[in-house]
Amino acid sequence: MRFAVRRRDSSKWAAILLFLPPALLLFSIFVVLPAGEAGWYSAFNWNGFGRPTRWIGLDNYRFVLDNRAFGVAIGNNLKVIAVSLLVQLPLAMTLAIILAERFRGAVALRMLFFLPYILAEIATGLMFSFIYDGNYGLLATIYGWFGAEAPHLLASPATAMPAILVVIVWKYFGFHMMLFIAALQGLDRGVIEAARIDGATGWQLQRHVVIPLLSPTIRLSVFFSVVGSLQLFDLIMPLTRGGPADSSHTIVSFLYTFGVTRMRVGFGSAVGVILFLICVTFAFTYKRWFMRDE
Amino acid sequence: MSKARLDGTVAFKALFLCAAVLFVATPLLATVLGGFKSLGELRTNPFGLPHSWEWHNYADILFSSRYWTLLGNSLAIALLTVALTLITGSMAAFVFAHLRFFGSEMLFAYITAGLLFPAATAILPLFIKVRDLGLLDSYFGIVLPQVAFGLAMSILLLRRFFRDLPPELLEAAVVDGCSYIGFFGHITLPLSRPILATVGTIVFVQSWNAYLVPLVMLNSDRLYPWPLGIMVYQGEFSSEWNLILAFITLTILPTVVLFLFAQKHIVAGLTAGAVKG
Repeated sequence: MRFAVRRRDSSKWAAILLFLPPALLLFSIFVVLPAGEAGWYSAFNWNGFGRPTRWIGLDNYRFVLDNRAFGVAIGNNLKVIAVSLLVQLPLAMTLAIILAERFRGAVALRMLFFLPYILAEIATGLMFSFIYDGNYGLLATIYGWFGAEAPHLLASPATAMPAILVVIVWKYFGFHMMLFIAALQGLDRGVIEAARIDGATGWQLQRHVVIPLLSPTIRLSVFFSVVGSLQLFDLIMPLTRGGPADSSHTIVSFLYTFGVTRMRVGFGSAVGVILFLICVTFAFTYKRWFMRDE
Repeated sequence: MSKARLDGTVAFKALFLCAAVLFVATPLLATVLGGFKSLGELRTNPFGLPHSWEWHNYADILFSSRYWTLLGNSLAIALLTVALTLITGSMAAFVFAHLRFFGSEMLFAYITAGLLFPAATAILPLFIKVRDLGLLDSYFGIVLPQVAFGLAMSILLLRRFFRDLPPELLEAAVVDGCSYIGFFGHITLPLSRPILATVGTIVFVQSWNAYLVPLVMLNSDRLYPWPLGIMVYQGEFSSEWNLILAFITLTILPTVVLFLFAQKHIVAGLTAGAVKG
């Protein structure tokens, strides 16, 4: 018996020592170390060659926060969040309520609406730079009917960001719709039937019964909208590269343009650290305040 | 009265759905059809069916080595990422699912902290790390960071599935003298095909579409995956939109085909994975 226990114990440690290190090493080398090094590098003025030597303390953070384009980028991230909550979320929820019912074609429509979500951001961005092209695209055609010259939406600071926001809704609402459909299918039909028997119909039923039951999913959808907004980069590059006049940067495209392409390691790391702090603070406070039960 | 109201609701729903379909489908159709048009026709008729179908736009791309090199690179990177993620992820998830030891909870929390921030936050130190390891301009310079950043989500999904397997299996196997490693290979993995397929599919799609990490880690376009290659292509043919649209169509085609075949895995994985994230 003691022999068996010992054998079982050695088998356990063999598994642990063989199975854990590969994942732990990969994760430590390529995720945790770089995240920590970003904090260290952000205190230097360094172009990436040799070792960092020119210590400048917190100056990089001052440069970032004083940069006008960074303020615009933060503002754009907030706009993305606002549109996600005010346009995308209601759209996704309405479509989910319609498509959660069984009728012919419902599944095909779900798939169609989900399709943009799995397309690469780069491909989506290029498609829409065609749609928006003042010489060829949709707008060009509509203006053409009236014999007018179409505006180049992506080439003007006033319209570039709104045009990007439309693409974001196009690309991501299907994902949120699927979240809501999954939640609706898991709802207790009994509650809804009871409300129906009590005389609740149509809009009343949705407003007072279904939507309150969906509130955990709404909180989840909001969470993903914010996290997604903070990471937004791939879609910006094919559409505007952050221009014109730095009007359509997000935090990550700002980091790429001013940190990576110019190899300003310290400056870019400082942007990274700020983004890291925003992400972690948001995740913790949001989970504590709004998602306590899950 | 009630009948009329019912019809009103149905009409509203139908109208709403039609508007949504138009919104989603128009850009997709314009892209596919645009690839069949001549440049002149694209200018006068960007959204209708082509008057004359210019098949050679597509054929020229399909017969170019450029297109296949890009897809080959993307495929190699994605398959390597999937294989490494599944191997390292399932091994670690097995330990976290079945074995308790001093510090196991802490190690699990350590790994899942990876869910809190995106790769972009540390992209410059990551570049320097990959450079110092001599992995710039190689598949593995992209694969290893992608695996590392995908591990947290993968381990979370795999661990949950491993835990839900009947515990009697493990008890019986251990009593019969089967080692944990043997149990993992002979019983856990064969029973876990659905979750391995789901995780593999998500990781594949993410790698196939990835842009930032390859952009930072690659210098020579010899190794470019297609999202980088198509940006170069667009730069070269900047106003020949018909060719660019054909190229876009041909590069998103594999994703759409995969989606049609594996939609269950993709939808389940992306939404369920998200819920647990």
